[in-house]
Amino acid sequence: MEDHRTTIEVRDLHKSFGPQTVLDGIGFEVRDGETLAVMGRSGTGKSVLLKLLIGLASPDAGSVTICGRNIVGLNTHELNKLRKKIGFLFQQGALYDSLTIEQNVLFPMQRHTRMDREAQRQRARELLGNVGLEKDYDKLPSQISGGMQKRVGLARALALEPDIVLFDEPTSGLDPITAAEIGKLIVDLKQKRRMSAVVVTHDVRGARSIADRAVLMDHGKVCAEGSFDDLQNNHDPLVSEFLREGC
Amino acid sequence: MGTVRSGLEWLGELGIFCARVLRAAVTPPYEWRELIRQCDFIGSRSVPLVALAGAAVGVVIAMETHDSLVRFGAKAFLPPVIMYSLLKETGPVITGVIVSGRAGAGIGAQLGSMKVTEQIDAMEASAVDPYKYLAATRVLACILMLPFLTLVAIFCGGVTGWVVTALSEPISLRLFIERGFKNMAFSDYIPPILKTTVFGFLIGLIACFQGMRTRGGTEGVGRSTTSSVVLSSLFVLLADVFLVRVILTIWPAS
Repeated sequence: MEDHRTTIEVRDLHKSFGPQTVLDGIGFEVRDGETLAVMGRSGTGKSVLLKLLIGLASPDAGSVTICGRNIVGLNTHELNKLRKKIGFLFQQGALYDSLTIEQNVLFPMQRHTRMDREAQRQRARELLGNVGLEKDYDKLPSQISGGMQKRVGLARALALEPDIVLFDEPTSGLDPITAAEIGKLIVDLKQKRRMSAVVVTHDVRGARSIADRAVLMDHGKVCAEGSFDDLQNNHDPLVSEFLREGC
Repeated sequence: MGTVRSGLEWLGELGIFCARVLRAAVTPPYEWRELIRQCDFIGSRSVPLVALAGAAVGVVIAMETHDSLVRFGAKAFLPPVIMYSLLKETGPVITGVIVSGRAGAGIGAQLGSMKVTEQIDAMEASAVDPYKYLAATRVLACILMLPFLTLVAIFCGGVTGWVVTALSEPISLRLFIERGFKNMAFSDYIPPILKTTVFGFLIGLIACFQGMRTRGGTEGVGRSTTSSVVLSSLFVLLADVFLVRVILTIWPAS
């Protein structure tokens, strides 16, 4: 019997680009309401992993089970049904640069909710307010800072009230104060809404404050997994070095 | 051998892309607002450029043809020659090439930059089909706007053609139009205008395809913009050869 308390289950995932193997049999689970940090050095396939979790790329082998359903090989229609339950915060925000920040948040709502236009607008402003943006709704992404773009990206990721949120380097490229604010926002959201999350990061301190558990990736494989205390007690030289340098 | 193979691969991928865009275009929900926005970008904002190009071509045709017809003592045929030339060939092709340059570059660059900044991935992650929202709307806008722009080019070319003719030998606009359209039949008007819908389809499809397969940052965006313009212009000219043959087969010249 399938354990439905497991929101995400990744098994024996392989992905290569030409001769380069990016993921080499990776596997882990994310339980309902849990936040898992996926850490590792740059170029270890963390961002590719996130794209596989939402079906933006297909694995060469293995399975990705979201809410009890294997998404590998699903058609676009079926995949889109599942995608509505998942929010994705991209590393660089990936805001639609021809739309204002309010329109960016409205974009998924206009297509997937039955709310009237005024209710959608109010909801978008509420989401922007939750991430600390209470004005400048009509500005374009190019007119706001990188930190503000990440906040708008976060508001957009939450627009459809997802059960799962995937964060790709949520604090990278930000100053320490803004990074801490984004981290706090994620923790607050997690407490408010019982959502599962996967956070890809190499910021160990940030991951410790956001996540319940972590996996450490190296050469496309999981080399350590567990709570941060477990990782702290792990005597593998790579794990020790990563945690030491990361902090 | 490698070039032939990559050319065939490109054509195969274009065919698959075309099928996805067509399917996205005919299945609901429809992106009306984005379609209207693209019609504005591709259509109304191209009007000044197309009008200027049409006007310039009208002047050139009038000047060149005037000398030739005077030499053969057939000056009276100047209005129909100008209008035939503009309506049947020059107007549609000039419009196709101008729109390939303006809209093709615009679409290629915009979609290319959206691709490298992960905006297209973000759209897919939000369960919105980029083939529907980005590609189908642009292709449809090109199809709808090309005939309209062609008429603008023909009108402006006709007006400047009349002005040049009138400068060498006074002729009223009414008489110029009367002589210009005197012996024209259905097959002279409609098919050349309709063939521009095919030009629009090719421009939109190739520019979207090149834009959405962009790889490699800003350099990749530059490459896809250039290839959008070059390939769409080339395909417009090649399609013209084919379409003229088809039109002549269906409506043989009387």
